[in-house]
Amino acid sequence: MADDAQVLPTEDGKFTINFGPQHPAAHGVLRLVLELDGEIVERVDPHIGLLHRGTEKLIEYRPYLQNIGYFDRLDYVAPMNQEHAFVLAIEKLMNLVVPKRGQVIRVLYSEIGRILNHLLNVTTQAMDVGALTPPLWGFEEREKLMVFYERACGARMHANYFRPGGVRQDLPYALINDIDAWCDSFPGVLKDIEGLVTGNRIFKQRNVNIGVVSQQQALDWAFTGVMLRGSGVAWDLRRNQPYECYDDYEFDIPLGKNGDCYDRYLCRVEEMRQSIRIMKQCCEALRKSQGELVLSDDHKVAPPRRSEMKRSMEAMIHHFKLYTEGFHTPAGEVYAAIEAPKGEFGVYLVSDGTNRPYRCKIRAPGFPHLAAMDWMNRGHLLADVSAILGSLDIVFGEIDR
Amino acid sequence: MTWRVSDKELEKLGKAAAKLKGVTGYAVAFGEVTLEAEAGAIVSVLTQLKDGAAFQFQQMIDLCGADYPTRAKRFDVVYHLLSMTKNRRVRVKVQTDEATPVPSVIPVYPVADWFEREAFDMYGVAFAGHPDLRRLLTDYGFEGYPLRKDFPMTGHVEVRYDDEQKRVVYEPVKAVEYRHWDFLSPWEGAEYAKPGEGYPYVIPGDDKAGKA
Repeated sequence: MADDAQVLPTEDGKFTINFGPQHPAAHGVLRLVLELDGEIVERVDPHIGLLHRGTEKLIEYRPYLQNIGYFDRLDYVAPMNQEHAFVLAIEKLMNLVVPKRGQVIRVLYSEIGRILNHLLNVTTQAMDVGALTPPLWGFEEREKLMVFYERACGARMHANYFRPGGVRQDLPYALINDIDAWCDSFPGVLKDIEGLVTGNRIFKQRNVNIGVVSQQQALDWAFTGVMLRGSGVAWDLRRNQPYECYDDYEFDIPLGKNGDCYDRYLCRVEEMRQSIRIMKQCCEALRKSQGELVLSDDHKVAPPRRSEMKRSMEAMIHHFKLYTEGFHTPAGEVYAAIEAPKGEFGVYLVSDGTNRPYRCKIRAPGFPHLAAMDWMNRGHLLADVSAILGSLDIVFGEIDR
Repeated sequence: MTWRVSDKELEKLGKAAAKLKGVTGYAVAFGEVTLEAEAGAIVSVLTQLKDGAAFQFQQMIDLCGADYPTRAKRFDVVYHLLSMTKNRRVRVKVQTDEATPVPSVIPVYPVADWFEREAFDMYGVAFAGHPDLRRLLTDYGFEGYPLRKDFPMTGHVEVRYDDEQKRVVYEPVKAVEYRHWDFLSPWEGAEYAKPGEGYPYVIPGDDKAGKA
């Protein structure tokens, strides 16, 4: 790449440089072509797709149940939240009812996913502007959360745990207690991390008044999640279009005022506290509903328990049909969206009545956010590019799909 | 359990939207409203949906393509809109073919920029008036439109690092036909996938008919 490495100013003294695809602050494989006038950014052209795996194409060729795993691999920082949107779409199509306990477990793990995501984003954003300690502290807590993932489904990241009609299996009782205990200890750690970052002079100098997004801009550019709330638009799907059993729980939704990188950081930190509140309420509900169903007992969609299969011929047939042909969905199209940690994660599913999706469009929240890189960076300094990128909360698994 | 608006409310919204110029029909299904519109009028339809006091769809959440090769106009372009003040969602669909471009909706919703580039990249749908209609997700120099139904799942080229040339080389796919997981039961599945409707489904054994 000798040609690329040679940065020469054009006649009017402007530079064009590559940021990435291999750059620690690019949060994955992102190539930004920056046009600079001195240190001032004049144009940003993100080149994405370096992690494009054709997920949507692959999904069209597999039965529904085999597709759940692909959703873990989109935003691999908060895997179960993605699965959630997909199974909700299937449930909408088939009009499936999820047992209450299954819903509570889904909410619990979605909130764990939210903390997993925000811990990564908040701390790496600090790293992008020069602090090394916050990620080390944050990752220790993420490790504990991944152990909770592992104890529920056997995998630390690629969970494949949610199913149409509920979740794969019940949680062990000890796990609920351990999650509850973690919820008590985490606010202390969060306070420590905040102590490092929130009032930090360098962090504030790098983030306050950087990457300001007005309310109108946030609407025009289809911003969702923290990117929208950071600009003061009160919109959260958990509250405004409550799916699952979110309307049973008490929590607050933090809003930003100025729409800059710093406000978005503050929103994320506060959202973690609110997630803890929801998780505590979930643990309480789970203790009360011990022993109830977590997966629908409609065996045309959800597999029978193994013990049942030893006794019942019917169960055996259901299992065989489900794991060969899978289930059929009625023809039609649905769109299901959830409030993923990064914003609105949606699945547009078209079914032609067979056992596979005819079309599955994945609406990743990071995609429109990254599309805004150009106008958000114009007029900022080169060093602000990484601060803005950090506050967008980008993960390429979902953007490139 | 997804959030749901009553069908009555949705019917009301659909009826009101169906009166807009350029909208050809509406349907309410699975708790969602779908509008059909003329491709040429999409800009004015979306403008009315965005600015109309009864609609107020401030955000375009998603834009995507879809391929139905058996139709005369094989592509759908699907717009998902969201109104935060009315708390409603709506889906607008237009149809087009390989040759006819759809007017770009960037003037209405600036976010359409990348979404249209993606639809162009994946399906080859052209968007008239788009300032910068380049490929977005596929490789530099990629050929073909990968999400079209007639594009094979394996693709046409594969890459590997060549140790002698010290660079990555592109070669035609050598793999045999990719595993085609066909678990449709011939008794109930075949009715959904008749030959000529989507993809040719031949009940195993039928391919030998007439040869004997």
